[in-house]
Formats: sequence, C-alpha cells, structure tokens
Amino acid sequence: MSKQYKAAALISGGLDSLLAAKVMLEQGIHVEGINFFTGFCVEGHTAAIRKKHQDKPKRNNALWSAEQLGIKLHIIDIVEEYKDVLINPKHGYGANMNPCLDCKIFMVKKAKQWIEENDFDFIITGEVMGQRPMSQRKEVMPVVVNESGAGDILLRPLCAKNLPKTRPEIEGWVDRDKLLAFHGRNRKPQMALAKEFGFEDYAAPAGGCCFLTDENYATKLVDLWQARSTRDYEMDDIMLLKIGRHLRPKPYFKLIIGREEGENKFMQGYSKLYSHIKTVSHAGPLCLIDGPADKADLEYAAQIVARYSQGKNQDAVTLSISRVGEEPYEVTVKPLTADEVKQEWHV
Amino acid sequence: MSEHSLDARRLLCPMPVIRTQNKVNELLNGDTLVVTCTDPGVINDIPAWCRINGHEIIGTEQNDDDIIIKIKVKH
Ligand code: SF4
Repeated sequence: MSKQYKAAALISGGLDSLLAAKVMLEQGIHVEGINFFTGFCVEGHTAAIRKKHQDKPKRNNALWSAEQLGIKLHIIDIVEEYKDVLINPKHGYGANMNPCLDCKIFMVKKAKQWIEENDFDFIITGEVMGQRPMSQRKEVMPVVVNESGAGDILLRPLCAKNLPKTRPEIEGWVDRDKLLAFHGRNRKPQMALAKEFGFEDYAAPAGGCCFLTDENYATKLVDLWQARSTRDYEMDDIMLLKIGRHLRPKPYFKLIIGREEGENKFMQGYSKLYSHIKTVSHAGPLCLIDGPADKADLEYAAQIVARYSQGKNQDAVTLSISRVGEEPYEVTVKPLTADEVKQEWHV
Repeated sequence: MSEHSLDARRLLCPMPVIRTQNKVNELLNGDTLVVTCTDPGVINDIPAWCRINGHEIIGTEQNDDDIIIKIKVKH
C-alpha cells in the first residue's frame, strides 16, 4: 500500500482555507488543521460580550470549518510571540495596523515547526495570488516561502498552477493537474467551488481575519501606545479595546464606558484590576479607568459617566468611585452637558 | 481513569477551548475533565472541538455565573 502523505492546513475560518483543505482531502491526503490565536482574531469575542448579538448563533469558524471537513483542528495560542510581529513588522503594516505579510511568514514558520514535531509532510494555505493587496501579491508569494523557511513544502492548492512546482507536486504526493489556478480579487471561482463541494453558510469576513484590519480598532491601539509612550500590550488591553466607548479627556487616562448590559457584565470581571466608576442614584453604565488618574481626575470622570446615565439631564447624580485596592466612596456630581463631552475625546 | 478539572472562568473564546485542548492532551483515554467557564461561546465551541477530535461530552450544566462542561477523553 502506498504511503498516505500528511498535510497541516492553516485554517483561518474563512472560505479559502476551507477550500484549500478540501482540495487536498479529495486527493487522499491526510489533513489536520492548525489555527493560530493571536489575540486579535475576529472569532466570537465581541459577539460573546455584547448582548444585542446574542440572538445570532455564536460559532468559531475555524472549528466549524474543521467539522465540515471532518478533520482534527489544533488551536495554538501565539499571543505572546505575536507581539513582536505586530510591534516590529519587517514588512510594515497594511491599510490599518495589520502586519499581514509578517503575520503570514510567522504563521507558516510556526506551522513548519509543528509539522516537524508531528511528523507531517507538508503545509497548505488558502492563499490566492493577487487576492489581498499586502500579503498575497504575486511578488510576495515567494517571500513567505523563503522567509518562513518552509521552502518547497509550502503548497497553495488554490493557486498552485500559477506558482513554481513544490515538493509534493514534484514527488507526486499530489496531482498538480487537479490543483487550481485562482488569482485576483474575483471571489466567484471560490464561490463556485464551495457550491461544488456542498459548502453553505461559510464565513465571509469583510476586512480580513483579525481586528487589526479594522480602522476603529487600529486607532484605539495606536492611542493606547501613544498614551503609554510604549508600543506594548497585554491580553487585557486588547480585549478591552474591543468593547465599550473609549474617551480620553486627558492624555494620561481614558474612560472605558460599557454600552450595554453584556459589556458592563464583562467589564465587571476587570474591576479588581482597574479603578472604576458606577452610578448609584440612577441606572447607568460601568466605567473602567485606564491610566493614572488622581482624585480630581476621577471626579471629573464621574461627571462624564453621569452624562451616559439615566440621570444625564438631572442636576445631581451620585456615583461610586473605586480605586484599585481601596474602599469605594461616593460622590455626587452634575453631569457634563452634551457639549462639554468633547468630540475629540472619543478614541 | 481519573477525574480532572479546569478553571477557564473569565477567559473568552477561543481561550477556554485552547486550555481544554491542552489539558485533554495531557490526559489518558477514559479520564474525565470538568471545565468551568463563563463565556457563553463555550456552549458551542467546546462540544464542536470535542466532536472534531473524537472526545465525548457527558454533561453540560449552566447556573447564573458559570457553565460547566464534562468531557470524557478518548484518545
Ligand atoms: S488580517 Fe490579521 S490575522 Fe490575517 S494575515 Fe493580516 S494580520 Fe494576520
């Protein structure tokens, strides 16, 4: 019996990686999926936090893809190592804070390490030449091959026919004739192939696979770095950038104000780590304070929070202020008026 | 065959899934793992991960604060 070759497929949860893996399965290759968690992945998070999305079923698209394919999926936490990719990308950023090319190189490099440890033969990705402006341009396809160290064991089944032959093709592990020649931004060939394979209800994220492609998110990240005078972050920071209203009335502190019950509940989990403000006399949001705010700053912040409470048009609103490690105390303040909450504070 | 537990409270998906996966990989066939979580996303994600990887869900409970999922490890 001939050997069954084994491929590790990078599964993002999008259509392309789903199709690429399916093309390999059709050729009798043993495929297992790898999904990297950078901390910025779009999967689930905000939908899980915000109540208003709770009518929609929450699913992790990478797990969903693996289930459709009938393959195992290994989810790998790369949060710590990814910091260097994001903070110092050799090839720079895309339209927002997305270091897509460095990200691809890093993920393929990690996949190579994984296949060596797990005795797999090659790596596949769902890349399509010319599809994305930064990481999938024709000129950069070999950059990923070379800089990741994967060399000729990186196969892109969806556009392989446009690229030089890889080892799996040369050695006959896979049949190059049955690989594809997709290119460019037109998604119709992928959609037709999905139909042929019977895939429905697949995920089609608009911007990309992570929050770093999102303009609002990228603005908040840059603001955080500027305020702290350092380009660093912790997991808690990147989670909190995804939720709430962020207002920075002074350069050294900002308010994160819950927009609805689900966010308030989630933010409650951070109340031991951050100073926070909560309305007492009226219904209102929970607000976390990020940065070294002093007593006067916190009272000013309380006036801002009061603006977002049911008491916004009253003369006096009572709030509770809790500083980390101290007993909470109450203050009664006049809410700021709509005009006093400056537009430029909104991050 | 032994029973193990994992505290994945306050973690957001997919972190509870990753922690579950890493813990299950250390366990033996027939062991059970009780995972306690707070992110409602796990109600879909942990069973999906178990289906894909061949492990069995033997119970799911939910109270006001926590979601508790019991898994039988099958290697
Ligand atoms: S969108 Fe995000 S996860 Fe996807 S390649 Fe770009 S940086 Fe990486």
